[in-house]
Amino acid sequence: MFWKMVAGALRRQKGKHVMIAFTVGLGVSLATAMLGVMFDIGDKVNQELKAYGANLNVIPRGASLLGDKYQLAGDDGGEAAEEVLAANYIREDELYKIKMIFWAYNIVDFSPYLTARVKVGNEEINLVGAWFNKHLSLPTGDEVDTGMASMKSWWKIEGQPVDEAFPDGVMVGRNLAGKLKLAPGSTFEAAAADSGLVKTLTVRSVFSSGGEEDDEIFAPLALAQELAGKPGLVQRVEVSALTTPENDLARKAAQNPDHLSRQEWDTWYCTAYISSIAYQIEEIMPGVRVKPVMRVAESEGTILHKTQLMIVLLTILTLLCSALAISNLVTANIMERSVEIGLMKALGATNLSVSLLVLTEMLIVAFMGGVCGYLAGLGLARFIGLAVFGTSVEVKTVVIPITVLMILAVTLLGSLPSLRSILHLRPTEVLHGR
Amino acid sequence: MSESARNILEITDVSKIYGPLKALETINLTVPPGQWLAIMGPSGSGKTTLMNIIGCLDTASEGAVRLDGLNLAQLTRAELTGIRREAIGLIFQQFHLISYLTALENVMVAQFYHSMVDEGEALAALERVGLADRAKHLPRQLSGGEQQRVCIARALINHPKIILADEPTGNLDEANESLVMDILHNLHQAGSTIVVVTHAPEVAAHAERVIVLEHGRVVSDK
Ligand SMILES: Nc1ncnc2c1ncn2[C@@H]1O[C@H](COP(=O)(O)OP(=O)(O)O)[C@@H](O)[C@H]1O
Ligand SMILES: [Mg+2]
Repeated sequence: MFWKMVAGALRRQKGKHVMIAFTVGLGVSLATAMLGVMFDIGDKVNQELKAYGANLNVIPRGASLLGDKYQLAGDDGGEAAEEVLAANYIREDELYKIKMIFWAYNIVDFSPYLTARVKVGNEEINLVGAWFNKHLSLPTGDEVDTGMASMKSWWKIEGQPVDEAFPDGVMVGRNLAGKLKLAPGSTFEAAAADSGLVKTLTVRSVFSSGGEEDDEIFAPLALAQELAGKPGLVQRVEVSALTTPENDLARKAAQNPDHLSRQEWDTWYCTAYISSIAYQIEEIMPGVRVKPVMRVAESEGTILHKTQLMIVLLTILTLLCSALAISNLVTANIMERSVEIGLMKALGATNLSVSLLVLTEMLIVAFMGGVCGYLAGLGLARFIGLAVFGTSVEVKTVVIPITVLMILAVTLLGSLPSLRSILHLRPTEVLHGR
Repeated sequence: MSESARNILEITDVSKIYGPLKALETINLTVPPGQWLAIMGPSGSGKTTLMNIIGCLDTASEGAVRLDGLNLAQLTRAELTGIRREAIGLIFQQFHLISYLTALENVMVAQFYHSMVDEGEALAALERVGLADRAKHLPRQLSGGEQQRVCIARALINHPKIILADEPTGNLDEANESLVMDILHNLHQAGSTIVVVTHAPEVAAHAERVIVLEHGRVVSDK
């Protein structure tokens, strides 16, 4: 009898019920899509963010290990000095090897840096040498163009970019340009702090990075090497690599690759984890250490976290909105049926049994709408994945129980006001047509 | 047996007050089992109010109501609901059938809230009101008279101690009115206690006893 009454009511108020189902469906589809994207977004956002900026720093082994020891020995010439050089600098002519590791094609860009101290007027400043538009011919036959330009995509540059074809053309940080009254096209004299060598330089552009570089000069590497008296040497290399998001294996390997089993090691080595790329660069260039750039990695994590938090909040808001809409629809539905409900109560139905009847109806309707909404949500998630991240989002199965809970919560929440009115409905008020 | 147990209904000094308005004023009324009582009176005289109080749909502001020996004033709303389910059969002027259930199912709803559904018994009840062949019809496929007879079948299905009918023929033509009255006669014959509100003298004439209300007071009792 109970089910006959449920079925009858469902059939009779088809229009209203379709509206309720639609509302639930809409809410659920949005929530499913957002949650689906959220659970999958970790990978996607990581991939996105990894494409920007450098994420590996290549430094000489000595800069981290030997530096202090030889600093004490001082410049007493001979073998020790040679060793200090080798320990504190990387040879420029070895850098092509970075493009020859197993994951060579994941290396998007890289650039070496060497800083020379120079005097301009009375100011002593950093002149940083780097690659800008460097052409490399690899032993493999591959031709590579690389440099720092695309790794610093957020820099604002006014004027012509620095180019190896103009050996005396430099770009000046905005703060410094202001101080020295330099503009694109102007020339100035710079004297090496150590040797006193004087060069006349041309300002090709003024840049602003928003960082400490705004007080520095950037120049072709060869110029910096000449002023610093370090021909053929660089101090560090920034590498921008596409990497696979870290997982447990990557974290285990990052501690010590030797602790991996043979099979784990193979998997790790053949996956583009930041740690395996770092390992491979160290392998091919024995004198260097490769460090992941933590600042970038951390901010990626924060952005991800914030994005996920935002999605959760949006999902909750969406669900609240549908609960609100449902509550209006359910209330209208109950108002329309107040005589029927009053009659049931007059016949001896308890508040509980009437509430149960109405709630069952609503849940059936909500689940029908919810299932449609879930399916629509899968499609929507896929669409968002394609439109925003350029890959398809796989909605994880955890979303299903969450969806069921959402439907329950939204329906109960939405039905609450009408259930209250059922409790307060008095048969005498509706049964005698006053 | 005590005095109170002999009467199915005992109303003592009952008043119902709506703000400044006294819808009922110190009503006294006793109804022995098996009596057919008609309540008459002009519109607004308090007939429905009295029926609601007897039918446990409403409570008196003052005074005592004993139904089958139970003092209604002492009962909670849930307990009153229980009494409605067990002891009272209600018939309304506007029929009030559930529109998406068939005649048979409408009778079964009363069984459902009372105890267990029994299709055979429900069908027998429809037969008693001459509607066995309309069992599968929806309310909108039935005439007014037929709908009211379904209501009577629903009211008597759980063997109530008392049947309360508030203007049961108010919306019916003469032919249907006499059909309904015939059914009430049969019920009376079978021993049911019946209270009918009406302002039609020819309906009241069927009853054993007629009381008249005016401005919430009993002005005549014969
Ligand atoms: N819930 C209520 N609130 C206020 N006044 C009411 C209410 N119910 C009935 N009344 C008033 O009580 C009086 C008696 O009403 P009622 O019992 O319905 O009369 P009858 O059924 O005899 O026509 C009327 O004046 C009516 O307006
Ligand atoms: Mg009335």
